[in-house]
Amino acid sequence: MSALHINEIQKYFGALLVLDGVSLDIAQSEVVAVIGRSGSGKSTMLRCINGLEKIQAGSIEVAGHRIGPQGGDLRSLRKEVGMVFQSYNLFPHLTVLENVTLAPKVVKGVGREEAEAIAHDVLRRVGLAEKSGAYSDELSGGQQQRVAIARSLAMQPKVMLFDEVTSALDPELTGEVLKTMEELADAGMTMVLVTHEMGFARQVADRTVFMHKGKVWEQGPSEELFSYPQTPELRNFIAPNLK
Amino acid sequence: MIRSFGWESVEFLIRGAGWTLLLSFMTFVIGGCFALIFALLRTLGPKPVRLAIAGFIQLVQATPLLIIVFLSFYGLSFVGLHFPPMVGAGLSLAVYTTVFLGDIWRGCIEAIPRQQWEAADALALTRMQQLRYVILPQAFKISLGPTVGFMVQIVKNTSVVALIGFVELTRAGQLLNNMTFQPFHVFLTVAAIYFAICYPMSFLSERLKGNRHVRPAH
Amino acid sequence: MAYQMNFAPVMALAPQLFEGAFNTLILSGQSIVAGIAIGVVGAVGRTEGPRWLDRAIGAYVELFRNTPLLVQLFLIFFGLPYIGLRLSANAAAIIAVALNLGAYSTEILRAGLQAIPRTQIEAGLALGMSRLQVVRYVVIVPALRIIYPALTGQLTLTLLGSSIASAISATELTAAGARIESTTFRSLETFLCVAVIYIAMTFTFRFIYWLIGLLLFRRKAPPKPSLIADISEISRVGV
Repeated sequence: MSALHINEIQKYFGALLVLDGVSLDIAQSEVVAVIGRSGSGKSTMLRCINGLEKIQAGSIEVAGHRIGPQGGDLRSLRKEVGMVFQSYNLFPHLTVLENVTLAPKVVKGVGREEAEAIAHDVLRRVGLAEKSGAYSDELSGGQQQRVAIARSLAMQPKVMLFDEVTSALDPELTGEVLKTMEELADAGMTMVLVTHEMGFARQVADRTVFMHKGKVWEQGPSEELFSYPQTPELRNFIAPNLK
Repeated sequence: MIRSFGWESVEFLIRGAGWTLLLSFMTFVIGGCFALIFALLRTLGPKPVRLAIAGFIQLVQATPLLIIVFLSFYGLSFVGLHFPPMVGAGLSLAVYTTVFLGDIWRGCIEAIPRQQWEAADALALTRMQQLRYVILPQAFKISLGPTVGFMVQIVKNTSVVALIGFVELTRAGQLLNNMTFQPFHVFLTVAAIYFAICYPMSFLSERLKGNRHVRPAH
Repeated sequence: MAYQMNFAPVMALAPQLFEGAFNTLILSGQSIVAGIAIGVVGAVGRTEGPRWLDRAIGAYVELFRNTPLLVQLFLIFFGLPYIGLRLSANAAAIIAVALNLGAYSTEILRAGLQAIPRTQIEAGLALGMSRLQVVRYVVIVPALRIIYPALTGQLTLTLLGSSIASAISATELTAAGARIESTTFRSLETFLCVAVIYIAMTFTFRFIYWLIGLLLFRRKAPPKPSLIADISEISRVGV
């Protein structure tokens, strides 16, 4: 049974077609990396999966919820599909603990004590148990991004989406975030990650998808795809990275 | 009957200042309630509502306060509503306050980055929850400086209701001037009292604006 | 409803309203020229002058921004004769509005001067420009661009604020309205007409400011003139 099924979706920004009939199937516990140039539609596709962007044609089924051009029950979908953003987007007026407990409390109606227990658990998983009283501007970028992952984890999602989560980080801080993601992958989380970290994609993702001009241009098991790219576009794209 | 400017006159003016403060407070409360509704509807309401509010704001902001006060004052009695002068004056000033504060607060809400809405959205919060837990607390912090700054305008604006006969500080000054014929003393004292009320607020407003940090101080 | 709207008596006196509108333009025009002049001197004095001058101008600014224009007007019109300075209603109104605008524009213009990074000025000087040339070619347009919304918003407030001058029966639009109201007893109709004229004037000026902005800042879209461009501007404008 697939955890995520994308069927021939189309997305326009005004007259510009940014997703041109994208289809993708992702199995339970599978980790899929999406790579491609900026403008290839990879982030847009990710944002469509949890309904931050509307699609104009096709359909998406994720964690038992369906979205079509008419939309769908986004509220209940988002309870089970977590998203982590490039710019962390922590809530600056709340502490780390409050950031993590907010959604369980107000969305799921979990009691305070239980929410805090969940929060302490997920913060421990991302290695930031001792930072629960801090505000986001007291944390490094890497720490903020790990809190964002914990915030998303606290909703106990079935699928997690990562949108270029290391792109805004200083190079020396990407390691800690990637390590957290690798641990999640090992724990069996279904993950879709849009990334520029080719090495990470190759090493951690079960499968890599190369997007080009709004289409899934090429895909396959990560090792195979990077070792034997079939299309000239993918070869051009990964060539500079092989050095 | 006061015949010349002295302590008795100052006391008379300070009583007038009390009415100025009360009227300012009433204006802020009434205007503030409507301003909040305006600000929310203008950011989140359906398009026709947003346009209607924007249009109303444009019109009121292009009309002198004094004319707004005259219009609401005469307009209220035109539709058959008669209020005590205090309420009539307060309502008239509140129209002006609503429009400006509504605009300021809308600016504060719009100053919160779109990504904050998105992050809350992705966590499955409803629109109202996003506002209540994520956007408004941050917007509130940003709004403190400009809001206190506008309160100075409100206090000063109350002086125009002197021209429809409501006895607040400025009107008290006019009355006192008619009794004592010492305009220089009278209006200098009136100005000094306004300054004593307004300057601390202006000062506070600047301080609050310097502190744009949204997290609580600790 | 007992009361019926009737604009006819007011319309019969429309020429008085137009004359009043014309006088409002003259009055606020004179005040704006004088007030901006004060503002330029004040802003340069505060940024470039000695410390005592900065303090003195600062005191003037705070005194005028923290008291109502109406009281300033009363003090000038009724109070100054006490120290031997008798002014006509119109002269008193022009002076009061100009001093008020002067205080606000000092702060607006100062903000513009401070917004230009030192490095820009240094770069100009390093190219061998004189201080005046640096101001002319490097400072003025970018500074003006930054403060343009606040400045034009302040000018609109000044035009509208001049209606306060009716309190001492200066000959302007609101006073003309008050005169018509007292002869026709058509309060609502009169002030509705007056409001329409003010709104028309304001919108015309905003359009003119927009055009001027288009010419001045040709390179990029001009900032939209509005009363409050940025929430941080709010305490910089007012009357």
